[in-house]
Amino acid sequence: MTEYNKEELERFAANIRLKTLGAITKRGFGHVGGAMSIADVLAALYGYVMRIDPKNPSWEERDWLVCSKGHAGPALYAALAIKGYFDEKVLDTLNRGGTILPSHCDRNKTPGIDMTTGSLGQGISTAIGVALGNRLDNKDNYTYLILGDGELNEGQIWEGAMFANHFKLDNLIVFVDYNKQQLDGYTKDIMDIGDIGAKFAAFGWDVIKVDGHNPAAICDAVKEAKSAAGKPSVIILDTFKGRGCTFAEGLLDNHHMVVSEEQGRTAMDAVRQKLSELE
Amino acid sequence: MGISIAKDIKNDMEMMRAAYCNTLIEIADKDKRVVVLDADLMKSMGMIPFLKAHPSRTFNCGVQEANMIGVACGLSATGKVPFAHTFGPFATRRCFDQIFLSAAYARLNIRITGSDPGITAAYNGGTHMPFEDMGLMRCIPGATLIEPTDCVMLKDLLWQIKDMYGVFYIRIQRKEPKMIYKPGSVFTIGKGIVLKDGADVTLIASGLLVSDALEAARLLEEKGVSARVVNMFTWKPVDRELIEKCAAETGAIVTVENHNIINGLGSAVAEVIAENKPVPMERIGSQDRFGEVGNVDYLKKAFNMTADDIAKAARKVVRRKIGE
Repeated sequence: MTEYNKEELERFAANIRLKTLGAITKRGFGHVGGAMSIADVLAALYGYVMRIDPKNPSWEERDWLVCSKGHAGPALYAALAIKGYFDEKVLDTLNRGGTILPSHCDRNKTPGIDMTTGSLGQGISTAIGVALGNRLDNKDNYTYLILGDGELNEGQIWEGAMFANHFKLDNLIVFVDYNKQQLDGYTKDIMDIGDIGAKFAAFGWDVIKVDGHNPAAICDAVKEAKSAAGKPSVIILDTFKGRGCTFAEGLLDNHHMVVSEEQGRTAMDAVRQKLSELE
Repeated sequence: MGISIAKDIKNDMEMMRAAYCNTLIEIADKDKRVVVLDADLMKSMGMIPFLKAHPSRTFNCGVQEANMIGVACGLSATGKVPFAHTFGPFATRRCFDQIFLSAAYARLNIRITGSDPGITAAYNGGTHMPFEDMGLMRCIPGATLIEPTDCVMLKDLLWQIKDMYGVFYIRIQRKEPKMIYKPGSVFTIGKGIVLKDGADVTLIASGLLVSDALEAARLLEEKGVSARVVNMFTWKPVDRELIEKCAAETGAIVTVENHNIINGLGSAVAEVIAENKPVPMERIGSQDRFGEVGNVDYLKKAFNMTADDIAKAARKVVRRKIGE
C-alpha cells in the first residue's frame, strides 16, 4: 500500500462537501449536518484505506462499507461519484422520483452501496454478518461501518458490540461520527451516551480516538486498528455536525434542513475557496 | 414424484425438530453456503448435532434476536444461505423491523424458522404463544410463508428453500406432528393439497390442525355432510386458484388455523374469495385473543380449534349456503 497524500485527501474531502452541497441545494432540502460531518472519513476510506474497484462494485475481494447512519447517503454518493462508480451528473437527481440516489442508502439502487440502511442501529448487525461471511471464505478484506453518535441510543448497537467481540471480528472496523448532536438537539441533552470509548472498551473492543476532520489522521488510525488482532476496533471520530458548511456548522437544528439557492451558493463558494487554498 | 397421503393418521415417530436438524446437517454437508444461526435456543430446538457437525457454520447469537436477523442478512450479502431460528414470537414481532428492512427491503436472502406456533407454545403460555407471527410476516412484500405439516413435508421444503432466494418464514412445531404424508412426497410451494375430496364444504387447514380438520370431515360424513379437506401449507403466496376452485365447487369454506383469524390463513382465503368467488365462510382460529398456559388439548378446546368445533363451523356454513 502506497503512502497517502495528505493534501490530496483533504482536497477529496472538500470535493465531497462541494458535491454533496450541490446535490442537496439542487433538491432544496436534505440531511446536511450528518453528511458534512463524515466527509473526511469518506475521503480517508475511498481515497486511501479501502480496497475497491469502482468499475466492479461487487468485486468479491473488495473492502465493504456499511453506512449505518443511512441519512448521510448524499455524502457517500458524492464520494462514489468522484471515484467513478457512476456519472457525477447523477448527483443532481438526489431524492427525486425514480432516482438511484434515495435519501437513505440502498444497495439495490446505487452502484457502490454495499448495504441498505435507514432504520438506525441495523447496520452494525449487517456489517457483522458481512465480516463473518468474508472470514468464513478466508478473505483478507475488511468491513468498515459508520455509526452516528445519536444512533448509539439504539439497543441493537450494543447487541452487535457484544457479538463482534465474542466472535473476535478483527476484520471489522467501526467509526463513530461523534458530532455530539442528534436530531432533537445535543446528545448530552436528548440521550446522554456518556463515554463512548469506555463503553466499547468495556465490551472488549480496541478503541481509538482521532480528529474526525483530519483524513490523514483517520488513515493512521485505521492502520492502528488493523494491528489489533483478535478483536474488533472502533475509531471515534471527533467531529462537528455540519462541518465545512457555512449555513449549517454550529447550528443546533442542522440535521435536516431546507436549503435556499443563496445559502447553497455561499456555502459552495466557501468550500471552493478552501479547495483553492489546498492547490 | 408426487404427494402420497398416509392411510392412517398417526403420531410421527420423529420429532419435527429432529427432522429439522438432521435435514439441515445433510443440506450443509452438500452445500458449503449454508449457515445456521440461533438465539440461545439451540438445545430447545435440538440443534446441538448441527453444531457438532458444522461448528464453523453455526452462530449462536445469544439472546439477540434483532442482531441475529441482521447478521443473517450480512452473511447472505456475502453469498451465504442462512437459516435463523428462535421461537415464533421472537423470530417475528421481536425483530420485525430488521426482517422488514435489513432483509426484505434490502432484497437479501434469509430463512427464518419460528418454532412453537400458536397453542404448541403450551406451558410457555401467552407471552410465548404466537398467533400473530404469520400475520406480521404476511405484511412484508415478497416474503414466502410456509407451515410444514409434518416431517416428510418439512424435509422436502427445506431442501427446496435452500436453493430459492428471498425472505422465507418457516413455522414449525418442535414435537411429534401427526404424520400426514408418506416419505418421499414432493411438495410445491404455493400449491395447496387436497387431502380428501368433498362436495358440500371445504375445510382449508394448516399445520397442527390439519389432522383435526380430517377428523372433522369424518364426523361430518357421519352426519351426511361431504367435506373436502385442503392442506394450505403456504400462506403466502396463497394458492388462489385452488381457493377459487373450492369456493366454486363446494360453495362454502371453513378455514382452520392455529393463529389469530386476523391477518392469518382465514384472512388470506377471505381476500381471495371476496375478490373472486364470494361464498359463505367461517374461520376457526384464535378469535383475536392472547394465548394462555395449558397443554395442547386444553388449548385446542379453549380456543375452539377441536375437530368438533371445526365440524360445527362446517355445519353452520353449509346452513348459510343453503339459506336456512
